[in-house]
Amino acid sequence: MDLNLNDEHSMGTTIIGVTYDGGVVLGADSRTSTGMYVANRASDKITQLTDNVYVCRSGSAADSQIVSDYVRYFLHQHTIQLGQPATVKVAANLVRLMAYNNKNMLQTGLIVGGWDKYEGGKIYGIPLGGTIVEQPFAIGGSGSSYLYGFFDQAWKEGMTKDEAEQLVVKAVSLAIARDGASGGVVRTVIINADGVTRNFHPGDSLQLWHEELEPQNSLLDILNTASPEPMNF
Amino acid sequence: MDQKPFSQGLLSSEADSQRTLYPYVTGTSVVALKYKDGILMAADMGGSYGSTLRYKSVERMKSIGKHSLLGASGELSDFQEILSYLDELILYDNMWDDGNSLGPKEVHSYLTRVMYNRRNKFNPLWSSLVLGGVKNGEKYLGMVSMIGVHFEDNHVATGFGNHLARPILREEWHENLSFEDGVKLLEKCMRVLLYRDRSAVNKLQIAKITEEGVTVSQPYSLKTFWGFSAFSNPTVGAEGSW
Repeated sequence: MDLNLNDEHSMGTTIIGVTYDGGVVLGADSRTSTGMYVANRASDKITQLTDNVYVCRSGSAADSQIVSDYVRYFLHQHTIQLGQPATVKVAANLVRLMAYNNKNMLQTGLIVGGWDKYEGGKIYGIPLGGTIVEQPFAIGGSGSSYLYGFFDQAWKEGMTKDEAEQLVVKAVSLAIARDGASGGVVRTVIINADGVTRNFHPGDSLQLWHEELEPQNSLLDILNTASPEPMNF
Repeated sequence: MDQKPFSQGLLSSEADSQRTLYPYVTGTSVVALKYKDGILMAADMGGSYGSTLRYKSVERMKSIGKHSLLGASGELSDFQEILSYLDELILYDNMWDDGNSLGPKEVHSYLTRVMYNRRNKFNPLWSSLVLGGVKNGEKYLGMVSMIGVHFEDNHVATGFGNHLARPILREEWHENLSFEDGVKLLEKCMRVLLYRDRSAVNKLQIAKITEEGVTVSQPYSLKTFWGFSAFSNPTVGAEGSW
């Protein structure tokens, strides 16, 4: 079986951004693959652009990193010139400019989310091609295919911070269950007026889905807790 | 969508040539017609990503200056870029502060030049545009394609609308349609598109331009009819057929 170890690093990925009453919750899986090999099983795909704006990265790891590096650089200067924190809209539009003007070369889908004092919590989706779409919630990456139906049913306006984070963790976890290119842990970042909170949800803390079994240390443990006549297989 | 597209072969390498290869997020048909007081234009609010109906609240019609309305199908990022060019155009026009303002004919001409020049550089803006407006009592409705083909007519349509809506419009359009008849005619076209265009989404807006100005309606959905007896049991007597 050809592992294609010389393929470029791609973050198959599941990324999500959700607004709630007071801010936003960004979520992502943590798998980076080179072909069939998992190059990094604990990547951090939620990257800071400013104190109050973060971006979820998907697609080519290199392309998304360089775009966020440039935008962080521009936003830093913009913040100095402006004299106050940049707005989410400005950050998203800078990302959009980079994505649009280099559309022939880049293969990255991004979700920009943050909080500013003018508009509160906002999420902007920037898919391939460089279209910018402001949305109450956004999903992206290869794992998102499995989540369209889920969000159509589970999303509702006016959630609390905890409801929103639970929704994001559940969704990424569902996508990881079905998308080979997504996996590892679920990382979330919550941004609101009070600041930024990073959370880490390890794989074994997530609920089990269809055909998934409770993880064990060893078969021996199962055999030992079973009846005294276990060897009947 | 995750695979790298193959190179252009003998032509220059993909990375350094500036040419748009294919659209990513697209809008489907726009349909428009002239009526008694001005122009009516309809477009759904869908942004498709290949076969996925990814975005369902995209406004594909925007007012331009005081007298015009632009509707677009095709790549949405290119539409957003065109709006940005038009913003600049209208800004400079206003800065003259000479009491004049660009009318639909002028905006259409500008768009034609932009689209055709990009086509000549093999880097098209992957959009089909519908430009309508009223200035000094004169109604104007025109279209520009991604390769710069442009024309004016009493009714226009882009994308699938060319095949499905235009025949309906040819039959049923007439001079001096009332607002109600115009809306009903557009809705007839949009309903057919909803039945027969895979990338259509049941959430649309209708915009009207008259001498007074531009109004874009709130988003709404159309009822569809499925009650034909032939629909309920189509394979009776011929199991396995469709």
